[in-house]
Amino acid sequence: MTALAALLLRDMRLAVRVGGGALMGVLFFLLVVTMVPFGVGPDLKLLARIGPAILWIGALLATLLGLDRLLAADHDDGSLDLILMGHAPLELAVAAKALAHWLTTGLPLVIAAPLFGIFLNIDGSAIGIVALTLLVGTPALTFIGLIGAALAVALERGGLLLPVLVLPLTVPVLIFGIAAGDAAILNAAPFGAPFLILIALTLTSVVIGPVAAAAVLRHGLD
Amino acid sequence: MNFGPYAAFILAAYSLTTAVVVALILWVLLDYRVQRKLLADLEARGVTRRSEPPR
Amino acid sequence: MEWIALANPSRFLALAERLLPWLAAATALAFAAGLYAAFFVAPEDYQQGATVRIIFIHVPGAWLGMLGWAIMSVAALGTLVWRHPLADVALKTAAPIGAAFTFVCLVTGALWGRPMWGTYWVWDARLTSVLVLFLMYLGLIALWRAIEDPARAARAAAVLTLVGAVNLPIIKFSVDWWSTLHQPASVFRVGGSTIHPAILAPLLVMALAFTLLFATLYVSAMRNEILRRRVRTLRLLQVHAAQGA
Repeated sequence: MTALAALLLRDMRLAVRVGGGALMGVLFFLLVVTMVPFGVGPDLKLLARIGPAILWIGALLATLLGLDRLLAADHDDGSLDLILMGHAPLELAVAAKALAHWLTTGLPLVIAAPLFGIFLNIDGSAIGIVALTLLVGTPALTFIGLIGAALAVALERGGLLLPVLVLPLTVPVLIFGIAAGDAAILNAAPFGAPFLILIALTLTSVVIGPVAAAAVLRHGLD
Repeated sequence: MNFGPYAAFILAAYSLTTAVVVALILWVLLDYRVQRKLLADLEARGVTRRSEPPR
Repeated sequence: MEWIALANPSRFLALAERLLPWLAAATALAFAAGLYAAFFVAPEDYQQGATVRIIFIHVPGAWLGMLGWAIMSVAALGTLVWRHPLADVALKTAAPIGAAFTFVCLVTGALWGRPMWGTYWVWDARLTSVLVLFLMYLGLIALWRAIEDPARAARAAAVLTLVGAVNLPIIKFSVDWWSTLHQPASVFRVGGSTIHPAILAPLLVMALAFTLLFATLYVSAMRNEILRRRVRTLRLLQVHAAQGA
């Protein structure tokens, strides 16, 4: 347990230090949110209608783009080999790394989302609900992306391969995240069912992600 | 045989499917010939596998 | 014992050589019967008219697209659990063939949708899930093409295949849910479960024909892949011999 806690703290410290990518995700998120009105026009009604979708897609892209650093940096300097040889189960070790990654890149996105929601003309209570869906849903994105990060390390290929492999798997999270977020702005839409399914998806991916990523690393790095 | 007003769509669907199937068949056949030839060339130069008796 | 013998690549090659002419002949026969039934026997649908004939290639395409992923999942288990080279071959060669049939399903679906729904593409639940399946096939093929060492690529692809197999039902369920939430008003739906026997019989013959075609292509492609790996091994041996001398 102490080994995992140490790994978690180490990864978080590395992420917030110079050279870490913690705040880059938020900056990218802000840029996506800024670019959308240039694409669809400054119509505030339209922006309010598609606001939750923009926030979700922005968060999805920001999460995915940060993922190639999740395992690649440790692979480059050899510490991934130490983790592979360590006593802690590999599944839990990569889960700790993914958790650290989410705390330093996913959580800032969730905190920034209400602020960016103002740009998109989403009103007060709705912003809270969208942020809540992001809080519940973004861990799923990180843990699904963990599989992609492991594949990128095992194949020694970064770049676009990772999002190409991971994006189709995030379709359910996106569907239920936006559906729950839409409930906040459309009175007719249900909130409870999609929100609970979103929680279920997150819990499922927290299990599947580390197991699959550990399998990729074990089979791919020998 | 009358395909009605949508003959073009039916024709397009069947010809596209035929094109895909023909492409797959060609891929399989040409690939087979290429690999056979490469294998024959290598064996002609005396490169053999471990499971075969050595020269 | 039969199956263990089959797992030897050389035995597989010998069997494939004997089996392929029969498979190809059966495929040709089934297609002759299926196409005849589809064009001359099957009546026109009272709603769809002659476009019902597109269904005879559209549905088998969907079925084989899904069968392809199922086969890959079994092969992926073979790769990860037994680390068998023939399982790697089976895993790799199913991807392009499955992707091709999924593509056929998508394109014929669009060509059927234009006269029936008035638009080439509808974000209908079934179409959308097949599109996601197609994208996952393309991702898997991209993965195979990204790495040269076939054994390492096989293990990475196997994990991704199994993750995809777990995810595909979830994706199907979410897309169904999403589609009922956003159901467009103008789409008129075709009853899926009540197919008239006069339409069903040609459909089944065509499904059989396409399945035989899939089997023929699959066995041939696996044979080619085994040969490709032999060429690769021989080349590596040649290089080693040259370095050793």
